[in-house]
Amino acid sequence: MQQRSFSGVSQSPRSPSKQPPYLAVSVTDPAKMGNGVQAYISYKVITKTNLPEYQGLEKIVIRRYSDFVWLRDRLFEKYKGIFIPPLPEKSTVGTNKALSCAEKFRFTAEFIEMRRQALDIFVNRIASHHELQQSEDLRIFLQADEQTMERARSQETGIFKKKPADLMQIFKDVQSRVSDVVLGKEKPVEESNPDYEKLKRYVFELEDHLAEAQKHAYRLVKRHRELGQSLSDFGRAVKLLGACEGEALGKAFSELGTKSEMLSVKLQKEAQHLLMNFEEPLKDYVRAVHSVKGTIAERAAAFRQHCDLAETIKLKEIDLNKLRLTRSERTVDAEHEYEELKADGEEARRRFEMIVRLMNEEMVRFQEEKTLDVGLAFHEFAKGQSRLANAIADAWRSLLPKLEACSSS
Amino acid sequence: MMGSENQEAHPHASREEMQSLILDESSSSSSTSKSFSSYRSAMTTLSESHHPLSLPIATSPAESDPLLSPRPPPQHRHLQSPKSTGNPNMQPPLYFADVGAVNGIESPSPSQSLEKSSPFSRSSSSSSSEYIKIAVSNPQKEVQSSNKIVPGGNTYVTYLITTKTNLPDFGASEFSVRRRFKDVVTLSDRLVEAYRGFLIPPRPDKNVVESQVMQKQEFVEQRRVALEKYLRRLADHPVIRKSDELRVFLQVQGRLPLAASADVASRVIDGAVKLPRQLLGDAPSTIGPQDAVQPAKGGRDLLRMFKELKQYVANDWGGSRPLVDEEDKEFLEKKERLRDLEQQLSNTSQQAESLVKAQQDMGETMGELGLAFLKLTKFENEEAVLNAQRIRAADMKNVATAAVKASRYYRGLNAQTVSHLDTLHEYMGLMLSVHTAFSDRASALLTVQTLLSELSSLNSRAEKLETSSSKRFGGDRSRFRRVEELREAIRVTEDAKNCAVREYQRIKENNRIEIERLDAERKADFLSMLKGFVTNQVFYSEKIGNEWAKVAEATSGYERESS
Repeated sequence: MQQRSFSGVSQSPRSPSKQPPYLAVSVTDPAKMGNGVQAYISYKVITKTNLPEYQGLEKIVIRRYSDFVWLRDRLFEKYKGIFIPPLPEKSTVGTNKALSCAEKFRFTAEFIEMRRQALDIFVNRIASHHELQQSEDLRIFLQADEQTMERARSQETGIFKKKPADLMQIFKDVQSRVSDVVLGKEKPVEESNPDYEKLKRYVFELEDHLAEAQKHAYRLVKRHRELGQSLSDFGRAVKLLGACEGEALGKAFSELGTKSEMLSVKLQKEAQHLLMNFEEPLKDYVRAVHSVKGTIAERAAAFRQHCDLAETIKLKEIDLNKLRLTRSERTVDAEHEYEELKADGEEARRRFEMIVRLMNEEMVRFQEEKTLDVGLAFHEFAKGQSRLANAIADAWRSLLPKLEACSSS
Repeated sequence: MMGSENQEAHPHASREEMQSLILDESSSSSSTSKSFSSYRSAMTTLSESHHPLSLPIATSPAESDPLLSPRPPPQHRHLQSPKSTGNPNMQPPLYFADVGAVNGIESPSPSQSLEKSSPFSRSSSSSSSEYIKIAVSNPQKEVQSSNKIVPGGNTYVTYLITTKTNLPDFGASEFSVRRRFKDVVTLSDRLVEAYRGFLIPPRPDKNVVESQVMQKQEFVEQRRVALEKYLRRLADHPVIRKSDELRVFLQVQGRLPLAASADVASRVIDGAVKLPRQLLGDAPSTIGPQDAVQPAKGGRDLLRMFKELKQYVANDWGGSRPLVDEEDKEFLEKKERLRDLEQQLSNTSQQAESLVKAQQDMGETMGELGLAFLKLTKFENEEAVLNAQRIRAADMKNVATAAVKASRYYRGLNAQTVSHLDTLHEYMGLMLSVHTAFSDRASALLTVQTLLSELSSLNSRAEKLETSSSKRFGGDRSRFRRVEELREAIRVTEDAKNCAVREYQRIKENNRIEIERLDAERKADFLSMLKGFVTNQVFYSEKIGNEWAKVAEATSGYERESS
C-alpha cells in the first residue's frame, strides 16, 4: 500500500499546485423508492474533491443502504488491522419495539434522518482516514454509475462476509484455554502477549459498559416523551377544572394549564434532540467497538494461519531432510513445495505483523476519536438539559406574579 | 462518591425551627383575625342552637307555614355577615401531616414549606389565641379482657392521642388519652348524626383485613397517619371543634362515653320487633317530634321508614307534586356546579398522578444513567493506557455527577409535588362529605313531606268520621273516642311536622353556610396549591439547570473543535 499524505502537492494539470488537496463527502436527500415489499430509501452522495484519482471537482451519485454495506465489507476485507467505521443497523425492529403504532410513523421520518446522519458520518470517517481514503473501492463507491455499482454489489454476496464462527472463536480465546488443552493441542493457538490480552479484555468489557449506558440513554429519551405527554394531559385537565371554578382562580388554573401544554412541546423537542445528539453517538460508540472486535478476529485468524504454516513448514523440513538422506526422486518436488511453503509462511508472518502494527496505531486513533465524539455528545446532552431546565423554570416563574395577584384580589 | 453533596448548606429548616417561624407569623397576621373572629363567633352561635332536642328558637306564626320561602328566618340573619368577606387572607388549612424533606436535598425556602408542612391546625395563624393541636402516636397492642364465650381475648391496637389547646371548654391545656380505631368510628358516626347538613370530614377507611395484617407495622403506621389527619381536620372545622363529641373523645379517660353505633342487623331486629306492635296499635305509630329531627334511615322505627319510602316513591312516580319541594334554585345550581367540580377534580387528580409518576421515572432513569457512566469512568481510569482515555473518563465523571445530582433533585421535586397536588385528593374526599350533607337535607325534606301527607290523611279521616257520625245510631261514644284519638294523633303529628320543618330549615342553613365556607377555603387552598406547585418547579428546575450548565461549559471545547 502506498503511503501518501495530503501534504504533498498534486501534479495534475487540473488542480492548481497552490490549492491543498481535499476530499469532502456528504450524504443527503433521502428519498423513498419503489413500492410495497421492494421499497427502499436512496441517498444522494455528493463528492467534492480536487484529487487527481477522481473524475472532476464534483460528483453526485445515488446510493442505497446495501451499497454502503458493500463498501464496508470490501474495506474490512482489504484493510485488515484497521478499524473500519461502523454502519447503522439494518433493521428497525430492535429499536422501536416500545413505540406505539401512532409513533411508528413519526419514528420512520426520524429514523430516516438518523440513518442518513449515521451514513454521512460513516463515509466521512473513511474519507478522512489516511489509509482508507486511498481505497479504490471508495472511489468506485463515490463515482461509479448505478449499474456498475449494482454489478459490483451483487458479485460480493457471501464471499467476504464475516463468519460468526470466527467471532465465537475470539470469545473462546479470551475466556479460557481449557478446550485447547483438552483437544490435545500443545502449541499455542493464540498470542501470548499480555498487553494484547489486556486489550482484548478491555474491548469486551468496554462493550458491556457502553451497551448499558446506551440502554439508559434510550430510556431517558422515552422518559422525556412520557413526561411531555403527561404534562399535556395535566394541562388540559387543569384548564377544565379552571372552567369549573371561574373568576380569578379559574384564570389561574387556565394559565397553569397553558404553560403546562407549552412545556410539553418543549419536552418532546428535547427528547428528539437527546435521541439524535446523545443516544445515537453512544450507539455509534458501541458499533465502533464491534468493529474493533472484528479486527481482533482478523488478527487471531492471521495469527493462526501464520502458526499453522510455521508448523507445516517445520514438518515439511523434517520430511525433506529424510528424503535428502534417502536420495529419493521425490526430493526435487519436495524442495519446490518446501520453498513455496516458506514463501507462504513468510507472507503469513508479514500479514500478521502488519495487522499488529496497524492495530497499535489504530488503537491510539480510535481512543482519540472516541474522546472527541463522546465529548461532543456530552456537551450536547448537557446543553440540552440546561436549556430545558431553564425553559421550565422561566415558564413557571412567569406565573408567580399572576398567582400573587389572584390571592390579593 | 458524592462528597460535594454533604458540603452543601441545608437551608431547609428543621421541624422545630419551622414551627417557631409559624408562631412568629401567626402573631403578626392580625389583619386576618378580625374577619375570621366574627365568622367564628357566628359559627359558635350556630353551634349552640344545633342540638336536635333543644328548640330555643320560638317559631313565629309566619314560619309555621310549611310553604316557607327559601329565605332563612330572621334569627339567623346575623350569620350572614361573614358571607361577603370570603376570607381571602385566611391561611390555607394544613390538611396534611408534615412531609419530611428527602434527606440531603435542599427544599424550597422555609417560608414556602411553611404553608404545607406545619403540623398545626389552620386556626393557629388567624385569631389571636385559639388553637387545638392534636398528635397521634405510640401505637400499642392491647388485649381485650375475654368475654365469656371466646377464651383468650382478641388483640387490638390503641393509639395515644395528645391534645394541646387553649379553648376554654376543655378546662385543661394539655392532655392525652388512649383510643382504638373503633372509638374513632363511633366518634365519626355520632358526629354525622348530630351535625346534619354540615360538611363533616370523612373518616379513615375501616380496612377489612385479616388480623395478621392488622398488626403489621406498616398498616399500623398508615392508620396512625390517617387518624392524625382526620382528627386535625375535625379540629379545623369551626363548628365541630367545639362539639361535645370531639371534646369527650379527646379528653375523657377510659372508655369512650359515646353511644356505640349499633350494627345494622340489631337495629333492624329491634325495628322488626316493634313493627307488629305498631301495626296493632300497641306501640306508637306516629312519629313523635323528637324523632322527627332524626333521619329515619338507620333508626329503629321500621314503620316510619316504610312511610317515608312510600312518600319517596310517591314523589318520584306519583305524578302529584309533594306539598313542599326543593325550590331553592340557588341550591340546585350550586349542586350542579359541585357535581361538575367533582368530575373535574377526579380527572385532574388522575392526571396529577400520571405527572408524578412521569417525574419519578425521569429521576430514576437519570440516576441509572449517571451510575452507568460512573461505572464506565471507573473502568476507563483503571484500564487507561492512553491519555485520551483519562480525559474521556474525566468528562464522563462530570456528566455522571450531574446526572446523579439531577436525579436527586427530581426526587425532591416529586416529593414536594405530591404534597402540593395532594390538595386535589383532599377535596375529592371532601366531596363525599358534601354528598352526605346534601342527603341529610334530602332526608329531612322527605320527613317533612311524609309528615305533611300523614297529616292530610289524618285530617281527612277525622273529617269523615265526624260527618259520618250523624247518621249512625248509638255508636256515639265509640265514635267520639275514635275522633278524640285521631285529634290527639293529629296534634302529635302537627308538632312533629313543625319540628321537622324547623330541622329542615336548620339543615338548609347549615348547608348554605358550609358550602360558602367550602368555596372560600377551596379557593384559598387551590391558590396555595398552585403557588406551591409552581414555586417548587422553579426552585428545582433552576438547580438542575445550573448543574447542567456547568457541564456544558466544561465540555464546550468539543463543540468548537468539531465545527
